[in-house]
Amino acid sequence: MAAERTSLSHLEERDPEGPERDAETLPAARPAERMRELLPAIEPERRLNDWGRSERIEGIFDQTLVEFFYRYWFRVEVEGIENVPSDGGALLVSNHSGALPPDAAMIAKAIREEHSRPRPLYLTVEHFFKGYPGFSMLVPKIGGVAAHPANVHRLLFDERQLVLVFPEGRKGTEKLYKDRYRLRRFGRGGFVEAAMRAEAKLVPLCVVGAEEAQPVFAQSGLMQRLTGLIYFPITPTFPWLGPAGMLSYLPAKFRIRFLEPIDTVELGGAEAVHDKALVQTVSQEIRARIQENLHEMVAKRKSVWFG
Amino acid sequence: MVRVIEAPPDPKTRRVLVTGLSTYWGGRLAQALEGFDQVEAIIGVDSREPRHELERTEFVKVSTRHSLIQRIVRAAEIDTVIDTRLIVNSIVASPRDAHENNVIGTMNILAACFGSDSPVRKFIFKSSAMYYGSEQDDPAFFTERMPRPHPARTSIERDVADAEEAVADFAEKRPDVDVTVLRFANVLGPDVDTSFTRMFALPLVPMVLGFDPRLQFAHEDDVVHALEHAAFHRVPGAYNVAGDGVLALSEAIGLLGKRAAPLLPPWGTGIFAGPLRRLGFRIPDEMLNLLRFGRGLDNRLYKAVGFVYGYTSREAVLRLGEHLRLDPVISGRASDYQYEREVEEFLRWSPHVRRQRSERDGVAADHEPLGI
Repeated sequence: MAAERTSLSHLEERDPEGPERDAETLPAARPAERMRELLPAIEPERRLNDWGRSERIEGIFDQTLVEFFYRYWFRVEVEGIENVPSDGGALLVSNHSGALPPDAAMIAKAIREEHSRPRPLYLTVEHFFKGYPGFSMLVPKIGGVAAHPANVHRLLFDERQLVLVFPEGRKGTEKLYKDRYRLRRFGRGGFVEAAMRAEAKLVPLCVVGAEEAQPVFAQSGLMQRLTGLIYFPITPTFPWLGPAGMLSYLPAKFRIRFLEPIDTVELGGAEAVHDKALVQTVSQEIRARIQENLHEMVAKRKSVWFG
Repeated sequence: MVRVIEAPPDPKTRRVLVTGLSTYWGGRLAQALEGFDQVEAIIGVDSREPRHELERTEFVKVSTRHSLIQRIVRAAEIDTVIDTRLIVNSIVASPRDAHENNVIGTMNILAACFGSDSPVRKFIFKSSAMYYGSEQDDPAFFTERMPRPHPARTSIERDVADAEEAVADFAEKRPDVDVTVLRFANVLGPDVDTSFTRMFALPLVPMVLGFDPRLQFAHEDDVVHALEHAAFHRVPGAYNVAGDGVLALSEAIGLLGKRAAPLLPPWGTGIFAGPLRRLGFRIPDEMLNLLRFGRGLDNRLYKAVGFVYGYTSREAVLRLGEHLRLDPVISGRASDYQYEREVEEFLRWSPHVRRQRSERDGVAADHEPLGI
């Protein structure tokens, strides 16, 4: 996205509203908003959308596995669902844990079940998944989108969708059981920049329970290299039970708390994106709020299994 | 339809030079341009004879030697050059020939349009979305401002990048010339022959095991119309041209009513493509990554300058499906046109030929010139 061609200049740079253009034909909206109106129309006959998301496959998962885990296994409890905006783009920022993290699916399900106006949630994933056979087919079908800044911007700004991001990224899923509920570094604040550029709301949220659902005791560097996976965790069931071991979670009680949203327009919106100090401050603040709430939730919890 | 910033019409396009007249696109475009009355002259150049029947386009058999093309450009006072020669399929030409055509040829054509006294004031280059490549860490939708994230992997991709660089360089040095670069997605259609139309014609469509790439297509008519749009409007810059909608490969195969065969292993795909080759289907190198990672384009910029697509990606696939089912029934269509110089010259220049201008068909008939 960075380097721009100077020679083949575009509308927005040169001559967008050139002298020969008739003033009446100029719409009032800004070019970027005008571009939003040019998004492809939805073709109702299609079962997939342009991101490769499949309502059918998602529905199958939703009614079986996800339903079972959400209702009976993790017995998810949700707080502050009203903090998820009903319209407009919003970036949900969460803590992350677990070998094959169940948190994303539970957050998406929580919005579907509890929100007054449920919307699909897009989950940003590592580029790794697009290159690994099997994952490459499945991940986009259930709402995974590669964590490319351009993808996040299109989802938030142009399509006004809900996007979930784990700023800890791999560092979050790699962390071991002994480090549970200790947030890792939040990258370089790229997620704040993305939300500001898209003038989308930032919604921090905390998940308690995922750390105990699939405790990771160790990481095997050798096996990671041999299998080509992004990491190779040792859990109570993996790799002993094979790939199925990845899906065997302990029945920890899940709590999801959505915190009050941050309006990036008030922070200065797209113009303030280059203010690195501001971006870092917001990123730190979100991290601190999530950490604080996690501590509070863990402190209040009487039992890992029964809440 | 949304109101958009329509590009101003360009009524000054009068005398057009089409390079690569004997390629599918050159021929189709020349046929289409013949339908526009404001186009006074259409000159086509190529080293081979045209394969499309043309009414008033004049054909000059010439290689891409720039001195000869320069003489034609100046003598005919060409104001618009449309370059349709680019080879994007490594099967139809050896890497060396492709390079000669794609890079050296483009440089020669540009050189022929150079010079401050050159009559050329518009240059339209038919490029390809291959410019962006296809990799694991690509964005889901390429916009025109994104450069290739990784260096080119195959010779054809390198050619496209080099050719575009030459065109961009020309645009920089000649700011008075409107340079339009159109980057087309993979084209489908009943007439055009591309790696994808060949692949989709197989009884079982091969896929790479464990991958279901997102792909976007353009219909062949939209390609011709997109070139026309650039000819008759002022749209300097680079634009993606691809139908609305990005399809998963499995979805496209389903639309065609075919079966997918995930035969290609995810590792060492190139080696296992051998047996397929024996079955009559060669997977070109530049397609291997596409079958794995796919490619999506942001097609909004060209819509913003007033272009209206006739087909979505899905409709392009459906049209191809209809054609594939019908083709065995109506085989042996009128593709046996042969260029005969004497006949063509008689038809163009003899005072005894009566031209019935209303009897045009093809692209022009279903597409009105936009407000000119």
